[in-house]
Amino acid sequence: MDAEITLTVDGVPRRLTVDTRTTLLDALRERLGNPSAKKGCDHGQCGACTVLLGGDRALSCLALAVAHDGAEITTADGLAADGELHPVQQAFIDRDAFQCGYCTPGQICSAVGVLDEVRRGWPSSATPDLGADPELSHAEVAERMSGNLCRCAAYVNIVPAVQQAGGVTP
Amino acid sequence: MKPFAFARPADVAEAVRTVAAEPGAVFLGGGTNLVDHLKLGVARPDLVVDVRRLTSREVVDLGDGGVRIGAAVTNAELAADRRVRERYPVLAQALLSGATGQLRNLATTGGNPLQRTRCVYFQDVTTACNKREPGSGCTAVGGSTRNHAILGTAGVPDPTAAGTCIATHPSDMAVALAALDAVVHVQGPAGERQVPFQELHRLPDEDPSRDTVLEHGELITAIDLPPLPAGARSAYRKVRDRASYAFALVSVAAVVPRDGEIRLALGGVAHKPWRAHRAEEMLRDAALTEDAVRAAMEAELGVAQPQPGIDGGNGFKIPLVARTVVATVRDLAPEA
Repeated sequence: MDAEITLTVDGVPRRLTVDTRTTLLDALRERLGNPSAKKGCDHGQCGACTVLLGGDRALSCLALAVAHDGAEITTADGLAADGELHPVQQAFIDRDAFQCGYCTPGQICSAVGVLDEVRRGWPSSATPDLGADPELSHAEVAERMSGNLCRCAAYVNIVPAVQQAGGVTP
Repeated sequence: MKPFAFARPADVAEAVRTVAAEPGAVFLGGGTNLVDHLKLGVARPDLVVDVRRLTSREVVDLGDGGVRIGAAVTNAELAADRRVRERYPVLAQALLSGATGQLRNLATTGGNPLQRTRCVYFQDVTTACNKREPGSGCTAVGGSTRNHAILGTAGVPDPTAAGTCIATHPSDMAVALAALDAVVHVQGPAGERQVPFQELHRLPDEDPSRDTVLEHGELITAIDLPPLPAGARSAYRKVRDRASYAFALVSVAAVVPRDGEIRLALGGVAHKPWRAHRAEEMLRDAALTEDAVRAAMEAELGVAQPQPGIDGGNGFKIPLVARTVVATVRDLAPEA
């Protein structure tokens, strides 16, 4: 069963017809030709499909496109402004925070979300004091990024990259 | 995936009418569990009714020190709410111990308690499962039982019986809500009602297909948290196979008032969040010493039924949950 929806992807409004079963991930990749978000497990377990949905990091494989009619989506592809890499992208390059790169767009969108959540004072289960604002420690970044798997195990460089992008010296 | 129609009603009343009128209809909240089940063939609805934008997305003060949480408040927003962090740390900790940031941004207050078991046989449509296909039997009995129940199962279960189910409820949030004596606001075809959180989830009894007491078409619209007694401390402690992003092997939500009655809810051990009433009763008016808490947990677990399994079974949960409760209470009441 088809539905007509509008998605604003990386700043560009796109009108498209989707089957009600189509996920946001498949809509991006297969209908709109934006392959930035990756399909890893397709069951919400690996984080490769992470995008920013209305500014918040979310798994596009577990979101039905039809349920997000009108949404604003930013993929890793849309983070760079005017040819300048996003600070998180630059930090991933500076810190060599990837090997094969398959999980990287999801890692980067997730990291952008993490830095925003920390700025808002959101705690994590690694936050020592729920009443205090969290700091961007190694433990905080590792916990907050735990939904993004990396089969190359680049974690050892991903954590410092996220800290660097957040203005903390690893 | 089986085709389905999609509806986004204008308000809660229309959503309830729409689902109530169609036996094959389901509500869609954040979708983190339902969309996966659509892919796996575990859920095969004819109609999906989106309610994510219909209920409140606010946490409001109730005036008595308690709060009302709108059903659309995300798990991430709720865990970050200053009132929840200050007054109900057990709930913030439970939420933050569950899933990941990307999932907590989607998952909702109304949907989280209604997520379904992660029993691998429930999620594998090639196996018999009384919860997914009533009357088909239970493949989990004698199978891989590491994540399965030790409480609320009547004796050694018969895998061929229609009432058999050894699944656990997977939600961390629900364990905290059980300890907090939360109240669930429900709107259904017959009107509104309130359900004490402890009574929301069921044991398998003769019908494991029903996780909760909600009838078809009933929608959670809000959850109230009553105020805790002055000086009460609370905490959630979760034991799992890895440090992050894993379901609980066992967990405990504890509320320890300055004077008065301790509340203990256990996760990962039963078909529902398990209020340890027997242990609570034994600890009433008692000093919360390690020996007293250990003895109370031994009494609570006297009826526990470990499940043998191809993975070594789950008998380890009995001492593990007792020790987890002892450690949690020791942290909350160190002077005892």
